Amino acid sequence: MKDKFFKSGEHWVWFNAGAIAISLVMVVSLVFFIAVKGLSHFWPADIVIFETKLANGTIQKSLGEVYDEETPKGQDPAVAKQILLKTGNRDLYGLDFRWLKAKEIVGQSSRDDVLVIERREWGNFYGFLKGVKFDGKEYSLDNPELYDKMEEAIDRATDIYGEIKDIEKDDIGSINYDLEQLRLERKRLQLEEKDTPEAIAEIRAQEDVLKAEFEVQQAKMNALYDDANRDALMVESVDGKTLTVVASNIVMAFQPNNMGPLDKVGHYFTKIGEFIFDEPREANTEGGVFPAIFGTVMMVILMSIMVTPFGVVAAVYLHEYAKQGFVTRLIRIAVNNLAGVPSIVYGVFGLGFFVYFLGGSIDDLFYPEAKPAPTFGTSGLLWASITLALLTLPVVIVSTEEGLSRIPKSIREGSLALGATKIETLWRTVLPMASPAMMTGLILAIARAAGEVAPLMLVGVVKLAPTLPLDGNLPFIHLERKFMHLGFHIYDVGFQSPNVEAARPLVFATAFLLVLVIILLNITAIKIRNRLREKYKSLEH
Amino acid sequence: MTADMKLDLTPETANNGVNLEALKDEKITLEVEDLNLFYGEKQALHNINLQIPEKKVTAFIGPSGCGKSTLLRCFNRMNDLVDIARVEGAIKLNGNNIYGPDVNVADLRRNVGMVFQKPNPFPKSIYENVAYGLRLQGINKRSVLDEVVEWALKGAALWDEVKDRLDDNALGMSGGQQQRLVIARSIAVQPEVLLLDEPASALDPISTLKIEELIHDLKDQYTIVIVTHNMQQAARVSDYTAFMYMGDMVEFDKTDTIFTNPSKKKTEDYITGRYG
Repeated sequence: MKDKFFKSGEHWVWFNAGAIAISLVMVVSLVFFIAVKGLSHFWPADIVIFETKLANGTIQKSLGEVYDEETPKGQDPAVAKQILLKTGNRDLYGLDFRWLKAKEIVGQSSRDDVLVIERREWGNFYGFLKGVKFDGKEYSLDNPELYDKMEEAIDRATDIYGEIKDIEKDDIGSINYDLEQLRLERKRLQLEEKDTPEAIAEIRAQEDVLKAEFEVQQAKMNALYDDANRDALMVESVDGKTLTVVASNIVMAFQPNNMGPLDKVGHYFTKIGEFIFDEPREANTEGGVFPAIFGTVMMVILMSIMVTPFGVVAAVYLHEYAKQGFVTRLIRIAVNNLAGVPSIVYGVFGLGFFVYFLGGSIDDLFYPEAKPAPTFGTSGLLWASITLALLTLPVVIVSTEEGLSRIPKSIREGSLALGATKIETLWRTVLPMASPAMMTGLILAIARAAGEVAPLMLVGVVKLAPTLPLDGNLPFIHLERKFMHLGFHIYDVGFQSPNVEAARPLVFATAFLLVLVIILLNITAIKIRNRLREKYKSLEH
Repeated sequence: MTADMKLDLTPETANNGVNLEALKDEKITLEVEDLNLFYGEKQALHNINLQIPEKKVTAFIGPSGCGKSTLLRCFNRMNDLVDIARVEGAIKLNGNNIYGPDVNVADLRRNVGMVFQKPNPFPKSIYENVAYGLRLQGINKRSVLDEVVEWALKGAALWDEVKDRLDDNALGMSGGQQQRLVIARSIAVQPEVLLLDEPASALDPISTLKIEELIHDLKDQYTIVIVTHNMQQAARVSDYTAFMYMGDMVEFDKTDTIFTNPSKKKTEDYITGRYG
């Protein structure tokens, strides 16, 4: 029995199956872990009031949401247990979080009317609503319309805030962009010594038009700001401090203890939507990560556009045209080794060669008017994409060559026998048939590039980019701009943030999002490859 | 050259079996003159002299590795693809040396079509397979293509089977259909000569029969050279037969003569199945 088991090689099958099972369990539990940690952050937890008796005998009331429980290592839980409470109200307490010693807690209660206000500044507010100032009238606690008016005030302020953002970003943004272009135009004329009075006058006339327009927009915006500041909420914290929160400073206000399960689910998805589609606030610890998602995807797409043709062309030459011998063997070894170079080395190379040398030369040649400010001579989206393209080039070359060598000789001969030249055969038959292998290379390249952070820190990523690399101003795609990236965002939020406790769940949420983005990009590429495979499946026989 | 010694075949005796007299009533399309072919150091063809008659079927027979496929691939310079292959001598197509310095190989191959041992349709639709050669010549006009595709498929006796599914992938056809498609693809560019390299060896008996019938029909319009290891097939389809052995042209004559009254003992031994 035992002999038969080993003789049949079944123990190897078990060994292999075990290895696969372990890998699978690890991948699934990793994704599950970050998903649970990240996604639970958006759930509106119940708010609790703790009363603690401090060492000096005073009673301290704390209102907030329980984040964590911890006992310091080697100490008795009954004595040393601590509770981490998110109390918010940074403008009042200085910190968002408070550690409570469990043994000091003398009372714990809950109130239905606890109000949580998510603010654009100072983080969350936890407390109670005392009154609403709406359209010049004051509504106090005994007014039944109090909460309706609060909602109305917030909705109105949110609308106005949206309008202000639109003006700032689109109208004023494009005026500033045009003004900058005019400034550069004037400087260019000066450098080329074509700054005739007529030309200058024309530029000045255009500038005046833009400035007048700017004034109009500015006035419009100021009026909107005043309008947005009309309403306010009067609130009180648990320890009796009162506060006025202007409506324009409010993202949303809700009463978690008063919400049914359905409301909570609704709120949960609103928060997730905010996380995905909004811009970050408060040093990236609040708000969303949309610019980082956008930057990541755009960089990966640009990289794919660059690496695929380049890698394919290199592989075709290496496999079809180059005389096979010592030199091609050497090149292959070099290409394979290139895949093993640490990515930070590519970052340093990208900074030195692409950014400073190439970018600097481009600035000298084409953007002398912008000097001394660099245009392409500083890190940016273009250089980051090229650096990552270089990093992933070996993968594409190797898998394309693999695909080319799998095309049966008979197919090539069939084409040549019909009077096709070598290049016609390649173009019409061999390359389409090798396209699934090229896609495999691209899939591997995307998987590597999307998760790469170290080289990007040197060649283009920043913690907060004021503008997206794609907008409504000509030429629409601004490759020289710096951009945000999910991978770097994780590092920045998790390890460079002033507010570590608040940032931690965001690290998990962002990591989960990054994994999702990579999976999504990969699935797209795999779908394309499978379609190509289906089309050119002659390799199977 | 131990092989020659063992066989006791000097070039003189080898050529003695080539009865070009048999061709005196035929118009000659291809002429092979003193052809030697080397793979690196190894000589694969020894001093071949041969003539291929126009619009007739000429079969090359011989045991595996005797050089019959190599010789066939000289006619459309397919051996150019082998880096180490070197050719001496001349092959004349209608009097012009195809190994001459100013020959356009692509033009030559358009004129000398080839069908391979294993069906090798492209992973495209049936229509596009047949239109491939025309598109290479820059003919993209739909009406012209339609006409030629239909004509070629009819010529290859395939039209009735596929006329309703021209846009299907060619790889979904049976092996025999694929081989006839490849023949249709070759005749679509209207070559003068058609080279068939064991066209039926990978096919079942019924498909083989269809291919043989097709060869019979095609010889009215094309000069056909067929390589086969199946002697019955050579006897059935060809007008002339050449027997090759170890890179030598042992005997060439009318098919009837070769199979009923061979002048060489080697030929007789091979045909009667004593070796090979």
